[in-house]
Amino acid sequence: MDALFTNAFLVAFVSGTIAASLPLLLAGLGEQMSEKAGVLNLGLEGMMLVGAFCGFAVALETGSFLLGFLAGAAGGMAVAAMMAALCVALPLNQIVVGIALTLGMQGATSLAHHVLYSRTFPRLPRQPEVALPLLSQIPVLGPSLFTQNPVVYLALLLVPAAAWLYRATNIGLNLAAAGSKPAALDLAGVSVTATRAFAVLATGALGGLGGAYMANIGAGLFVPFMTGGAGFMAIVIAMLARGRPAWVLGGALLVGFATSITTALQVAGFNIPTDLVLMLPFGTIMLVLTLFGRRAGLPAALGLPYHRGAR
Amino acid sequence: MSAAATPAAAALPAWLRALVPLVLALGIGALILAALGRDPVQFFANVLNRAVFNRSGLQETLVLMAPLLLIAASLIVCFRAGLWNLGIDGQFLLAATFASAFAAAWVAALPYWVAMALLFLLAAAVGAGWAMLPAFLKARYGVNEIVSTLMMNFLGFGLSAFLIKTLFGDPEHPAPQTTMLEVAERLPRIGETLVHVGVVFALLVILAVHVVMTRTGFGLRLRIVGHNPRAAEHAGLNVRRLTFAVFAISAALAGLAGAVEVLGVRGVVRADWHPGYGLLVVPLVFLARFHGVAAIAFVFVFAVLSIGGESAARRADLPNDFLLIMMALILVILAVTDHVASRARG
Repeated sequence: MDALFTNAFLVAFVSGTIAASLPLLLAGLGEQMSEKAGVLNLGLEGMMLVGAFCGFAVALETGSFLLGFLAGAAGGMAVAAMMAALCVALPLNQIVVGIALTLGMQGATSLAHHVLYSRTFPRLPRQPEVALPLLSQIPVLGPSLFTQNPVVYLALLLVPAAAWLYRATNIGLNLAAAGSKPAALDLAGVSVTATRAFAVLATGALGGLGGAYMANIGAGLFVPFMTGGAGFMAIVIAMLARGRPAWVLGGALLVGFATSITTALQVAGFNIPTDLVLMLPFGTIMLVLTLFGRRAGLPAALGLPYHRGAR
Repeated sequence: MSAAATPAAAALPAWLRALVPLVLALGIGALILAALGRDPVQFFANVLNRAVFNRSGLQETLVLMAPLLLIAASLIVCFRAGLWNLGIDGQFLLAATFASAFAAAWVAALPYWVAMALLFLLAAAVGAGWAMLPAFLKARYGVNEIVSTLMMNFLGFGLSAFLIKTLFGDPEHPAPQTTMLEVAERLPRIGETLVHVGVVFALLVILAVHVVMTRTGFGLRLRIVGHNPRAAEHAGLNVRRLTFAVFAISAALAGLAGAVEVLGVRGVVRADWHPGYGLLVVPLVFLARFHGVAAIAFVFVFAVLSIGGESAARRADLPNDFLLIMMALILVILAVTDHVASRARG
């Protein structure tokens, strides 16, 4: 009995941690790229919501999980294109536009949900999973840890890929220059606008993918406001990670860990006040900030529009 | 990254600068409504009829303005000083919870205005207290305050709900909530209206904040820190102490907003209550260019939209969240016209 009890606890805990961390990981990696290039992307929450809605709608319509995820990424990119047009091509205030996009997309997805699904409340069937050979046969934890949706593996592969991009490629250097000394990048003959727009669009794709994961894999349905602040959490994680993709993974896992411990403890029969447990991820971040966040090295030109020739 | 104001874009008359984008945004909103098969003229007529041309509706609009104005004042202080206090929602909710928890008991035990004054002080202190950790991290270690204040929001929501379910809960009520402050004991109303004195208080506060920030030495010092902290340090200003002062004042004002909302209108805080005003007021304050009087106008427009829009959306069988699209349109178009106006002046 005891062993079963522990297994149920562990499985709930592990799968809960992954489900909660993955959208944060995807969106956080995206936001990191955008911040690196000097754009503080407060529209991320809106991009995730649109990704969730488009991902769900297309997966429901076509029955294809792959098309659903592509649609989620495309939806996020559509919102990101607005952000890029207003804050990169035009030098509008990133905070105002970011918040406006988040508010507008909350309204738009809620409206679309009202029109399309508020009478039927459709659900998606369980999405396909891929069991990694050998690893998934490890007793107890193996099945829940190594049998995942392909998107999970993709997201994990993105971490070293992003690190490589930042460290070893011209694109990575251009991104960093766009964020810390855009005038220098301009002098080197590289378009600051194009570099930043690329970063913002990539953020939209990743945020949209994260949203689609929440809707299609996490919940199996779409409800208005379903991202519930995950976009803002991802922004915080990206800021804390200071340009290092591995830290985004760490931060996302930490928050996912703290989120899922609530459910897991309830499965295990502990009765602790939910409100306090829900504070855990945020308390953890505050603690990390207090202990390690002392030299928050954000890109120098973060949040500032670039005017060619202006001093 | 500085939040300090660029004192540009004042060439167009202020009312025109606000009116043109408003009309454009409403026009696009009308197109969306028409595309959904709703009558846009009817929709906007419903908004105005409910929120402006209706006696009780207009009063509701004014009442909603009270907490929003205090939040705007709170943001003007910190944004002008170049600090991003995005923790207003947590400070607001926690202060509201504390004020509400003690309201009924203190009003019963003390002379009315003494009790009210103490409750407002308590709310201000709770709000300011909740900002002290981010203030310390910023002043001492330079930790980015956007991150820390956003996190303190979520902690504030959790703590507030926990307190209401344990210490501050009304044991006689089945749902978790604080003890109700009776209608007769809430902030007195002006004449025969629903408008309570908190609205006048909020107006006076935001005007006072505007004067302090633009016309006094203290305000000037804060603006110097906002424009260039390093220059401020060289000029002999104690940037650390000013950082603490900004966080304390800004968060205390957010706390007062919570007190006004609870002692003036609601009389109670339920464990699941999340007005989330903060994020809505941030863009309004930006568009007002941190100007107190302009902020009053923007807050009024927002209050009209949210009071009138609620009933108009219900009548048109649209979700209430439809208004968020309108808000977003107004914000984006205001930002664009602002940009065009400042470009036109060179």
